[in-house]
Order: sequence, then structure tokens, then C-alpha cells
Amino acid sequence: MARNDFPAGLVLDAHKAQALREPVVEVPPPRYVALALDQGSGSEAEPVVPVGASVRLGTIVARPSDPFAAVLHAPVSGRVAAIEVRETAAAGGLGRCMVIENDGGDTRDEALQPCLDYAATPPDELIARLREAGIAGLGGAAFPTATKLATARERDARRLLLNGAECEPWICCDDALMRSSAGDVVLGAKILMHALAAESCVIAIEDDKPEAIAAVGTAARDLGASVTVTAIPAVYPQGAERQLVTTIFGDEVPARGLPADIGVTCQNVSTAAAVARWARTGEPCTSRVVTVTGSGVARPRNVLARIGTPLSALIEAAGGYRGEPLRLITGGNMTGRAAPSDELGLTKAMNCVLAATFADLDARLVAQELPCIRCGDCATVCPAALLPQQLHRAALAGDAAGLLRFGIWDCIDCGCCDFVCPSQIPLAWRFREARRDLRAQEAAAEKAAAARERFERRERRLQDAAAAEQCVLDAVRQQARANAGTPATPPTDRAE
Amino acid sequence: MSIEVVLVACAVAFALALALGLALGWAASRLTPATGRLVEQIDALLPQTQCGQCLYPGCRPYAAAIANGEADINRCPPGGEATVRALAALLDREAQPLDPQYGASKGAVVAWIDEERCIGCARCLPACPVDAIVGAARYTHTVISAQCTGCELCLPPCPVDCIVLRPAPAASWRASLHRAA
Repeated sequence: MARNDFPAGLVLDAHKAQALREPVVEVPPPRYVALALDQGSGSEAEPVVPVGASVRLGTIVARPSDPFAAVLHAPVSGRVAAIEVRETAAAGGLGRCMVIENDGGDTRDEALQPCLDYAATPPDELIARLREAGIAGLGGAAFPTATKLATARERDARRLLLNGAECEPWICCDDALMRSSAGDVVLGAKILMHALAAESCVIAIEDDKPEAIAAVGTAARDLGASVTVTAIPAVYPQGAERQLVTTIFGDEVPARGLPADIGVTCQNVSTAAAVARWARTGEPCTSRVVTVTGSGVARPRNVLARIGTPLSALIEAAGGYRGEPLRLITGGNMTGRAAPSDELGLTKAMNCVLAATFADLDARLVAQELPCIRCGDCATVCPAALLPQQLHRAALAGDAAGLLRFGIWDCIDCGCCDFVCPSQIPLAWRFREARRDLRAQEAAAEKAAAARERFERRERRLQDAAAAEQCVLDAVRQQARANAGTPATPPTDRAE
Repeated sequence: MSIEVVLVACAVAFALALALGLALGWAASRLTPATGRLVEQIDALLPQTQCGQCLYPGCRPYAAAIANGEADINRCPPGGEATVRALAALLDREAQPLDPQYGASKGAVVAWIDEERCIGCARCLPACPVDAIVGAARYTHTVISAQCTGCELCLPPCPVDCIVLRPAPAASWRASLHRAA
């Protein structure tokens, strides 16, 4: 235990201290919120309130159409001003959003109920209530917690792992949260353990966060929770789910599989804290702690903000811009995405807003891409033990079979290969594009197969109909021939 | 050289030719190339729009024509260059540009009925090769976008021209992404 057990990885320079100097501050509720219907899990929820409707704080405003999105609640009270396509943090920079004008009253929806006696609630009911509370993975995937818990129960995954690794060099919102709300993290762990009927719980925290380790350890003792706090080496990407599972339990998650397949359920510490906050106060997932940092902001810090708060308001809370940032990034510098503007709203998945200046950016982000020299450095750092140089060759050639053979689906998008590439090739980006194209090809093939089936069924139906018609016609003719000679002979028969 | 040697050589050559000829004849009759399977393989690469732009009545007949060597591989505008490349790889032929005689590649589209203008004549219903139009005589029709292949076959029968082609939902997102980039 507590070893860096996954292959390779990188030790990166941390930039966390500057944002941790100041305590977490609450951003005042903004004038309006822009709620992306896709909160970062890749699936859009469907609005359930019309434009013009008045909503209260915590009213359900959108429900998922598949298990991959979470229920969405109004983070402020007010009026639904629009449901429209706006800039978002999702891939491509555009998505449907619900804009809610804040009336400043923060009137709470009466339907919100705390869940103080969680231990007396049956696990399945608890999971259903967590689904209604819209709790989603706050570590950066926004995957609905209820769906993950339900899958874990189906597969009887009884080992709970709370991820407090936070390996991205700039992000420290989980660190700040563990320091300030360690009690919530531990209470959340107890609730999640009850929901899973879990036997054990490990809270894994990288060893560069001694204050967080101490705070969570103390809280665990105070609350009498049977959790183990484990310090793990600070190696990027330690916080990636599959890598963390390997570090803690020594088992590998199968390719295209889930941690639940080897009996593990992994949740982020901030998700656990959101679960605890909901259980204590009934507050659904309408706010989160987010790191606002980079050399492009005056006072880097962690802030607690309502979901949907425009990034400009977050920057404001961190003292505003300093100078002219070169790029605004949502997420960390390793796996984050460039934001199209600072008007887009905070999402459940967004753990960091990085206003990066030239000095903050790695050379690879600004330098010209050069040809691959096949040095193999990328293969030596890949935490998934892939051969990025081979994947790159297959991606450039559009070779789908090659991509699959070299394990494109096992790439976790961590960007270690990018970081070490001496030719500044944007490898992770290229693999992301390749995965998107593969998915599109799969979808097109599925659609073609469905169209063929419908076409063939229609052909059969038309043939059967024609045959049946012929059958009737023949019968009529035979009847007519039998009646030949009588005055009732039809004129068609006379022609024969 | 004696005449026997010449005769023996001729006999040997004749016997050899006969034996090989018989063997080839048997092989030709018994070991036919699996045309049926080839048609399946080609059909699997076609986009299944069933649009008939290749002048064959559907994707499978076109696949059969390619397999028999009647048609070239560059007649499928909905499939575009990607399909030509895939076919070229399967059949071990040279990839070639799409033949403009059969139309140009338009990207993914679906038919859309302007319900304000639809008169409910039901003429577009039998034209659809994949039963993607719902409606009945004197009732408004509509297209099930998820099933529509964008083949355009419903356009000519419409007496009021109320059917238009729109970018398929996924494709239009893609297009907007490219504009944003």
C-alpha cells in the first residue's frame, strides 16, 4: 500500500501554495446563472420548467434522459429567462444552457428535506434520494453519484475509496475543502459506506497535503468512523481513478471496465462532502468549491460558488485579472480545456479556473508541433502503459484498427505524453479527437445497420403484399373461368 | 537427336497440359470465389441510405454490381470519399475521386416536413425506403429524424414541396463546433 504502483507517471512542480494562502470565500450569488444542461458528464439533462417560470433555490429545473447526467436544481431563486445555446465548458465550447435571473431572495424550495437518519434509511432509498439531490462527481467528471452507487451495488463492490489525491499541479480545491470541512468529508464517507453496505473505506490523500491528512484523520477519530486515511506519493496522475485504485489496492481495473468490476467504488472527497451537506441541511448539489488561480489573477484563492456563476464573477472574487492572461483554462493545465470566454457558467465538473499567462504555460502549449522522432519518451511516462508514438502514427493515418490494437480506449487523457514530447506534439488532444471519430464511426455503422434492417423488412412486406394481391387476383380469375358461359362473365375473362 | 526423344517430350508436355487443365477446370467449378460473402462485405461498407443515386435500387444491389465488376466503386455520394477508400481497401483497388455524375457528397442530412404546408396527401409515405415517415391521408406527416437516412426520395413525390433537407442533428453540432474553432 501507499506506493506509486501504476507504471511511470510524472513528478510535476506544484503551484498550489499561492491559492491556499487565503481561506475559502463565498462568492455572492450572481445577478444571473447560466446552467449548462450538460454539467460535464457528456449527457444533457432535459429542462422540466418552461421559460418564464419562477423557481426557488433548489427547485428541480432539469432531469436526465439517461443514467449519465444528474438532476439539475436552481442554484438561485428567480425566473427562468432563457433556454438557449451558449458558450459552455463542454468539448467544442457550445451547449444548451438554462439562464435563471436571480431575484436576490434565495427563497428555499419547501420540498428540500435533510436526511439526518441516513443510517435508518434503506440503501436503495438512500441512493434514490441522492439521485434526486443531483449529487455528481465533483472531482471533474460530473458523473451522477447515484448511478455509480447503483452499479456498485449491482456488482457488490464493497470497498469504498475516497479520492483526495488531487494531482493536477494548480488545483487545490479539494485540499482547501478537506482542511475547512473535514467533518463533512468523513460524514459523507459514512453515508456512502451505508449506501454501499461497504466493509471498509480508504481516504487517499497525496503526501504533499499534510494539513488535509491531519484534518481528515482528526475528524475520522472524532466521528468514530471506520475509515483509513492513507498518504500516497505525489505523482501525476495519482488522482486518476484507475491509477489510484492500483496504488491503493494493487489490482488493475480491466480495460474498458470499471473499478466496480474488482469490487471498488471510487468517489471524490468533495463529492462525499456534498453528500454530507445534503444529508445535514437538505441542500442539493447547487454549489461547489473551485480554485481560481494562475499568474493572471490578482489574488489566487479557493472560492465557494453557486453552480452557473459566470467565470468573470469567480475571477472578480479572486481580485480580478492581473495583466492580460494568455489563456483562460477550465480544469488544470494538464487536462483542462481552454474556455471560449469568461461568460460561461461554473459547472459541477469544474474544479479550477486557471487564468494562465505565458510563464504559466508549458512550452508545448505555445510552441510549434514538429515531426515525431520516435524517441519513445512518451512510452516511458504513460501511466496506462501504452505506446503513444504508435497511437499517434495510427491516428494520423486514420487507421481505426491500429488505434484499437494499441489500446486507444485505455488512454486516460492525462497528457503525460504531451508534457515530455520533445517535438511538442499535442498527443492527448489528438487521441481525444481519434476517440471522438471512432465513436462517430461506430454510431454511423449502427445507424446504417438499423437502416438496412428497416429497408429489408419493408422489401419483405411489399413482396408479401404483392404476393397476397396476386393470390386474390388468381382466385377471382379462377372463379370467373368456372362461371364461363354464363351471362355474368366479366369482360376481362373474355379477352383471355 | 532421335525422333523418340521429341515424341516423348511432346507426350510429356501434352500430358502435363491435360492434367493441369483438368485440375484448373475442376477448381473453377468446385472452388468458386465466395461472391455472396463479398457482396455482404461490400454492403457492410455502404451507408445504407437506399437512395439509389448510384442508379441501383438500393445499397445491396449496388454491392452486388460492384462484386460482379459491373459498377465502379465511386458511385456513392452519401458515403463520400471515406466509403470509396474503404471499398478500395477491401477490394485491393486504387482509391479514386467520387464520380460527379452521380452527385456530390453533402454530409449527413435528414428530411424535414414543414407541417404548416403539408396537405396530407400521403404520397411521400411509400417513397421512403426505411419507413421513416409517419402520417395518413388528410393528416399531417412527419419524419422520424433518427430513422431518416437523408436519401431525398421523398422530395419528388411531394406536390407542394414542403419537404426540405436539414443537417442531421449530430452533424449540425459538429458543424457549429468547426465554426467556433
